Amino acid sequence: MKPIIKTMFKRFLQLEWKAFFRSASLGQSLGLKIFMGFLAVYFLISFLILGIALYPLLEELFPEQPPMQVVNNFVLIWLVIELFMRFMMQTLPVLNIKHMMINNIKRKTIIHFVLIKSLFSFYNLLTPLAVIPFGIWCIRKGDYSALQITGWIIAMLALVTAVNYANFLLKKKFSENIKSITPYLVVALVLVGLEYFEIFKISEFTGGLIGFLLEYPLLVIIPILIAIGLYLWNFNYLKNNFYLDSGLKGKSTQVETTDLGWTKRFGDIAPFLQLDMKLLWRNKRPKTTIWFSLLFLCYGLFFYPNPVYANMPAFLVFVGIFVTGIFVINFGQFIPAWDSSYYSMMMSQNIPMKKYLESKAGLMYFSIVVLTLLSIPYVYFGVEILLLNIACAIYNAGVNVPLILYAGSFNKKRIDLEKTQFMNYQGTGATQWILGFPLLIIPIVLWYVVYKIVDQTTATTVLGLIGVIGLVLKNLFMKKIVKAYKTKKHIQINGFKQVS
Amino acid sequence: MIQVNNLTKTYNGTTVLHIENLEIKKGESFGLVGNNGAGKTTFFSLLLDLIQPSTGNITSNGVQVHLSEDWKPFTAAFIDESFLIGYLTPEEYFYFIGDLRGQNKADVDALLDKYKEFFNDEILNNKKYLRDLSKGNQKKVGIIAALIGNPEVIILDEPFANLDPTTQIRLKRIIKELADNPDVTILVSSHDLAHTVEVSNRIVALNKGEVVKDIQTSQETLRELEAFFAV
Repeated sequence: MKPIIKTMFKRFLQLEWKAFFRSASLGQSLGLKIFMGFLAVYFLISFLILGIALYPLLEELFPEQPPMQVVNNFVLIWLVIELFMRFMMQTLPVLNIKHMMINNIKRKTIIHFVLIKSLFSFYNLLTPLAVIPFGIWCIRKGDYSALQITGWIIAMLALVTAVNYANFLLKKKFSENIKSITPYLVVALVLVGLEYFEIFKISEFTGGLIGFLLEYPLLVIIPILIAIGLYLWNFNYLKNNFYLDSGLKGKSTQVETTDLGWTKRFGDIAPFLQLDMKLLWRNKRPKTTIWFSLLFLCYGLFFYPNPVYANMPAFLVFVGIFVTGIFVINFGQFIPAWDSSYYSMMMSQNIPMKKYLESKAGLMYFSIVVLTLLSIPYVYFGVEILLLNIACAIYNAGVNVPLILYAGSFNKKRIDLEKTQFMNYQGTGATQWILGFPLLIIPIVLWYVVYKIVDQTTATTVLGLIGVIGLVLKNLFMKKIVKAYKTKKHIQINGFKQVS
Repeated sequence: MIQVNNLTKTYNGTTVLHIENLEIKKGESFGLVGNNGAGKTTFFSLLLDLIQPSTGNITSNGVQVHLSEDWKPFTAAFIDESFLIGYLTPEEYFYFIGDLRGQNKADVDALLDKYKEFFNDEILNNKKYLRDLSKGNQKKVGIIAALIGNPEVIILDEPFANLDPTTQIRLKRIIKELADNPDVTILVSSHDLAHTVEVSNRIVALNKGEVVKDIQTSQETLRELEAFFAV
């Protein structure tokens, strides 16, 4: 690397270091980071153990097939799972470029920095930790030569890198032009269908290809080229969007004014409801929460047909809370930060805090009702599931909504709606799921305890009843929440002012 | 109308504002001048309870602003762009503020019509979101929004900055008109001494957080202020 680029990279890292430690939400971020650190170590160790134990495990489970072949057949499925996980969990590196654009730094350097930095991600360590020990087993057992395995490991690493950059593109498409994903999605679904009905097993096909690669280690060049290709695809995309009027600001869009007159029937919270709806619809970040909600509506399809979860009914509570409450989790946890760019106006306006918060709650109730209605077709998998989902919905409305509103009073990190940052994907990372954790765990534990002591119907009823009690006590909760927001007001105003 | 008692604001041991005693009478047109860091915005932020005083308090129309929210119905302000909602059109923003201040659409429309000249055809019916307007046009929206709902206390921080010369002249006319109303107390801050002298009948100069001048505007005022700031 040229020395000038090296110092550049060092500068960037220093800048980010300062941005992190000098931010208003440092304490919060630090606590979360430590927790995430523990989780990361846990997963790293898990994958390492998996890698070490994989060979003997596969020998026992599939005695008629060589372990390497089993692994190869699984590679494609694993890559898809990894891509999905990354899509959900991995936060893409964000770099504030506006002030760098006119400085003496080459555009290319900045983009290379962003892309290369993403390689130093925890998610890129998981697969290698499993793959390398497995490869060593294969050499020791004499299945393959050291050269063959080296080629194979390099190929796997290249594929992981490719997934890393594919995720970049996917996230970008998802937040910018969701329709452009459709063709890829259709191809993927067709392949899944062909695999499922055993017409064409793409997983075995790719398994065969990788087997071929073991025969001719030189072919390792192909996965490497795939990875490089995806890198360049990203690079070009970013380069073309590295202008104030495209990547940063977005075109001044023609407005679509809709008359939300029907909200008037909600009385004096109507202006806020209208405002929130416009917020959701006219800004990319909040808009993704809507897409997420609809996407996760299909979550049940993973679990309900799967016999594994039939013996783990607590999982169904998880799905129920998740499906009906995904919007509450995703939108709710950033209250009131959604309004951060104009929070000081809101606080000096003639707005009683209670009305402001009630309209947020109203929006979340509304989402629960809509998502519950949309999830009714799951009755196909049994009436108990429908009842459980309704109970979960009531619980979400009664307990989780006030809980997340209260948690919001601790928010002091600004959200930039207007996307002033290069690739702003704030809040689409693992942390948002971590914060949603208590909302999910408490009802699962509650339900499970009653289920163990009595039975499923009672457990579901109890969950619903707790929700009803929560709804009855709503005004009491609201009073406490309003008080919390009032005491935190000045801290929040100050925090929201910090443009990261 | 506004009574300031022993007000200080301290950040990490540095006092950025210290006002022993200051009374702003009802109907007064109050100009606040000072260099960067003199404490103008800090004072306005304290007045709006956006930051907390380190000691002392501000009473507005009998309401201690950091204890009760009852000052909100009769107070309106435009401090900076953070008072605007970027994803709304100017009209939507005006109606939203109108809703908050108990004004229906017709009331707001009447007010907007009155300030048509000030907008210079650049604001209304333009099918643009506020975030896509220029800084100057954003400012126009913010200033007029602060006039919705007949507020008794109007606070404008640096209203002349970023405006073109024509609009500055029009704004001066608007402020003077408001100042003529004995029920309206208007507080304006500026770096520009001439503007402030023109629109205010009382001028307070801040320097390093302290009141250094407090004068009723007269023909001498501008010269006196210029002499003070020329160092």
